[in-house]
Amino acid sequence: MWHLFTKSFFNMKIRKNIAVSDSGFIFNPSTGDSFSTNPIGLEIIQMLKEEKSKEEMRKTILQKYQVDEATFEKDFYDFVSMLHQTQIISQDEEKKN
Amino acid sequence: MKKRKINIAVTGLNNIDSPGPGIPVIRALRDSKKFDVRIIGLSYETLEPGLYMHDLVDKSYQVPFPSAGTEALLERLRYIHSVEKIDVIIPNFDAELQNFIKLEETLKKEMGISMFLPTHDQFEERHKANLMEFGKQHGIQVPFGKMIFSTAEIPSLTKDFTYPVVVKGKYYDASVAYNPEQVATYFNKLSAKWGLPIIIQQYVFGSEVNVTAIGDGKGNAIGAVPMRKQYITDKGKAWAGISLDDEKLVSIANKLLASSKWRGGMELEFIKSAAGEYFLLEINPRFPAWVYLAVGCGQNHPEALVLMALGEKVKPFKEYEKGKLFVRYSYDLIVDLKEFETISTLGEL
Repeated sequence: MWHLFTKSFFNMKIRKNIAVSDSGFIFNPSTGDSFSTNPIGLEIIQMLKEEKSKEEMRKTILQKYQVDEATFEKDFYDFVSMLHQTQIISQDEEKKN
Repeated sequence: MKKRKINIAVTGLNNIDSPGPGIPVIRALRDSKKFDVRIIGLSYETLEPGLYMHDLVDKSYQVPFPSAGTEALLERLRYIHSVEKIDVIIPNFDAELQNFIKLEETLKKEMGISMFLPTHDQFEERHKANLMEFGKQHGIQVPFGKMIFSTAEIPSLTKDFTYPVVVKGKYYDASVAYNPEQVATYFNKLSAKWGLPIIIQQYVFGSEVNVTAIGDGKGNAIGAVPMRKQYITDKGKAWAGISLDDEKLVSIANKLLASSKWRGGMELEFIKSAAGEYFLLEINPRFPAWVYLAVGCGQNHPEALVLMALGEKVKPFKEYEKGKLFVRYSYDLIVDLKEFETISTLGEL
């Protein structure tokens, strides 16, 4: 898990074949797993899809929602770790931001 | 396009908690755009639900159990054919396949009935007991396995295996055992039901993924649809599943169909490890009970099988829909006693 907090963590990319609906339903056709996320999670996923940098995502969320920086950092790492565990983002398709 | 009228006899009508593939195969044939099918159900027992599904099965006949041998089966099929003029038979049980394979030529010559089955050698080499050898031959990873014939062999299993292990019956059923005592319990249970040997296989951690596939017997893969079980019954059967976008798995299936020159339908059962490796657990030499998912995904494997049985060339399917689910359900058929009486006494309904 520690590697997720290193630089490579920020190079991760949403897998190409992941289907994300407007309602926040996520389907991974490679594993058959499906998940639901709340609107903020969906927003982060959309930003990851658009290959936004972590800094851009941080700015967007802090501007848009009433959240302090420390809480954002913690929740963001938790969320992205979960995306990694569920194979929604992949190390194989890393991109240098 | 005008549909061709055809009479097809199908076995495996036991649509129960461990369902036979008969009903899904019939549904696939009823969906065919090429054939207007009359379905003749072949049953072994009087409570196989397919017997009473008159919207799917036009007429049913009881056939002798596989243990009665080929002569008894042939005699019964002669009678059924004299009434029904069967064009194609699709057997759907592992245990009956050997008899049908032996009769394939006779049925064709004597009655003009076509089948599209694996050869005797193909049927034998993919057996659970021979699977490791099969894997080596076709370049596919298979978990280490061993046949045992007595409970006296259980203590020494630790030389070759680390627990947990999978204890498998000769034809059906498998249980995961975490210690020698559990192996002994499953050994007794499975050997009483299916006979010997019992197969011990190294347990591989991962998710179970299956493929329904069909080959033309010349090394061409006609179709393959991979699926992950999403809801599993206590018998290990899929009660819901989803088609996967898994090119690697499809290419393994195609490779196996090509190198084994598999003839007919088959189901491949794999474990995908956390590292993304695929281990072949089992090959079933017929369509699985979830074959209708392939139809839902755009590949009608039973229709392709009938075309090939009739000697026609079939173009391989190129695509299938990913992320399509099947969800199984149970349904209470209400049956008049008269129907039960008819099949029980006359052997046909």
